[in-house]
Amino acid sequence: MASGLAKSDFKNPVIRWVDQRLPVFTMVYKEYAEYPAPKNFNYFWNFGALAMIVLMVMIATGIVLSMHYQPNTALAFESVNGDIMRDVNYGWLLRFIHANGASMFFLVVYIHIFRGLYYGSYKYPRELLWMLGVVILLLMMATAFMGYVLPWGQMSFWAATVITNLFSAIPVVGEGIVTWLWGGFSVDNPTLNRFYSLHYLLPFAIVGVVFLHVAALHITGSNNPLGIEPKGPQDTIPFHPYYTIKDTFGLGVFLILWSVFVFFAPDYLGHADNYIPANPLVTPPHIVPEWYFLPFYAILRAVPDKLLGVVLLFGSVLILFVVPWLDTSKVRSTRFRPIYKWFFWLFIVSVLVLGWCGSQAAEGLPLLLSQVFTLYYFGFFLVIMPLVGKFERPRPLPRSISEPVLQRGGGPMPAGATAKPMEKA
Amino acid sequence: MRGLRSAVLALAAAAGLSGSALAAGEAPVPPNQDWPFEGIFGTFDRASMQRGFQVYKEVCSGCHGMNLLAYRNLTDLGFSEDEVTAIAAQYRVTDGPDDTGEMFERPGRPSDIFVDPFANEQAARAANNGALPPDLSVITKARGGGPDYIYGILTGYEEPPPGVELMAGMHYNEYFPGHQIAMPNLLSPGLVQYADGTEATVQQMSWDVVQFLTWAAEPHMEERKEMGVQVILFLIVFTGLMYAVKRKLWADVH
Repeated sequence: MASGLAKSDFKNPVIRWVDQRLPVFTMVYKEYAEYPAPKNFNYFWNFGALAMIVLMVMIATGIVLSMHYQPNTALAFESVNGDIMRDVNYGWLLRFIHANGASMFFLVVYIHIFRGLYYGSYKYPRELLWMLGVVILLLMMATAFMGYVLPWGQMSFWAATVITNLFSAIPVVGEGIVTWLWGGFSVDNPTLNRFYSLHYLLPFAIVGVVFLHVAALHITGSNNPLGIEPKGPQDTIPFHPYYTIKDTFGLGVFLILWSVFVFFAPDYLGHADNYIPANPLVTPPHIVPEWYFLPFYAILRAVPDKLLGVVLLFGSVLILFVVPWLDTSKVRSTRFRPIYKWFFWLFIVSVLVLGWCGSQAAEGLPLLLSQVFTLYYFGFFLVIMPLVGKFERPRPLPRSISEPVLQRGGGPMPAGATAKPMEKA
Repeated sequence: MRGLRSAVLALAAAAGLSGSALAAGEAPVPPNQDWPFEGIFGTFDRASMQRGFQVYKEVCSGCHGMNLLAYRNLTDLGFSEDEVTAIAAQYRVTDGPDDTGEMFERPGRPSDIFVDPFANEQAARAANNGALPPDLSVITKARGGGPDYIYGILTGYEEPPPGVELMAGMHYNEYFPGHQIAMPNLLSPGLVQYADGTEATVQQMSWDVVQFLTWAAEPHMEERKEMGVQVILFLIVFTGLMYAVKRKLWADVH
């Protein structure tokens, strides 16, 4: 720290000069190269990195799309389906990457959340890390919803109408709030304008929260499939090159999936009605949200009372904030929880069934199933999580990460693979 | 979504749960046609598209606009620039105002958007018994069944079964939801005279016009699939290499 300069280990004089004054290189090196990660990650640990990459692709494609998009009810549909899809160089490619990217983003993030739930990544000391993740999810949902409105097709318009109308369920001030959200007395040009503005803004808010999410992660260190903390350097490996290469391989697999949608089934995840220009006078026979909102949509429609439905809808996401305190078990990984395991998988089934129910008309069997599984959804968090943790006898935990890893065979650690002890800033 | 829905419907039917969704009087699913543009190497049939454009021009365009297309786009069908200029010149386009502030009509140019058959929605409805003929620019994407559905509608006109009372000005169509469609059955054998000598049966004209409409809905489809094959081949090689590197790097970790 001589003469007010930061210490830098970089040899290159230019990098060193910058690094001593603004230690970004040291920071990136510490957080993305040296960062000691448990050596027993499975492929579920790829999804955070994948989510980060999707976010960057979405922002990059979105910025170019916004240069050609017209946020005006008279022009929006044409600017997307005419200009961007036909005349903008590779506009069709950008649009299909972006539209399918929303689905890919949710797919990746849902698996990431599943990972966190299954392996107890939300537990002490990672509660705030988890909560920041829930904030990201909420921002993503808002961003995706507003983005879906922009092409101004029939589903765009009616999804906007249905979702904004949810706020009218709030007693007394509800109607006023809806008018305020719309900027008028129906979903119209002012609504489209503000959705466009916010759809551009919120992704940058997501970037900010992602930064905090990663910063918090690097304070506590990563969880791992065993859910026990690393006991020392023998349990960790440096992030680079081990996890950078593993993430790159995972990225390749993921990009293949994304490309299959973009190039061979670009409209598969969308809805045909959104190729019909928005028409306030014609309601589509079935208004369905995108697949990633279907479980929540099923919860909304599971109860006949509008206000209760809206409360449950928001509650189904917001409840994630308190999961670290609802789960009373000290054991993180579900692997070692013989009873909880069954409830957990039933929870996953209930989310999938709710997703199916959300795609159906809210009557008959789908309605009945939505009610049953909505009850289970909340019961899982509010009853099962607190109780099972108290009464369950978890299976014995391994003494260290290295122990079961070494039992699987393989040689001793190579010299370079051992990270230095954690140095916390 | 379509695949999902039909899978779910099949499941529900198999489980004996054929509930409201099936009983709601929905039209049968139009038969699956073997289109040349389907599949990962699918391409448009240029000759068929040109014939399809002729059907659109001589029959459909009397009521249906295609306001996302310009005449210049027709070079994609295999027409030369001169042919496109000649096609565009057959239309009268309102332009202006001129130096005296007056609007004027002139022959169409390749850069003009397809001329709409009606001045506005009201005029369209007035001429069509209150119904609004939809714009056809992206029609094959805008209907659940896609090209199969459009083909089904064009070939699906039938005499109404006994006991079915048609509303005034409506026509019975096997594949239209509710079976009552405002669009009359305009296609009849030999209605258009194909320059290449192809026999203009109703099926042939429907086939050709759907081919044309599918191109119109996404003119870059061939480019998309071609690029997709290259991208995915690249990614498979790239991913395989990364896996090999990962294996080598991790060989000593476990």
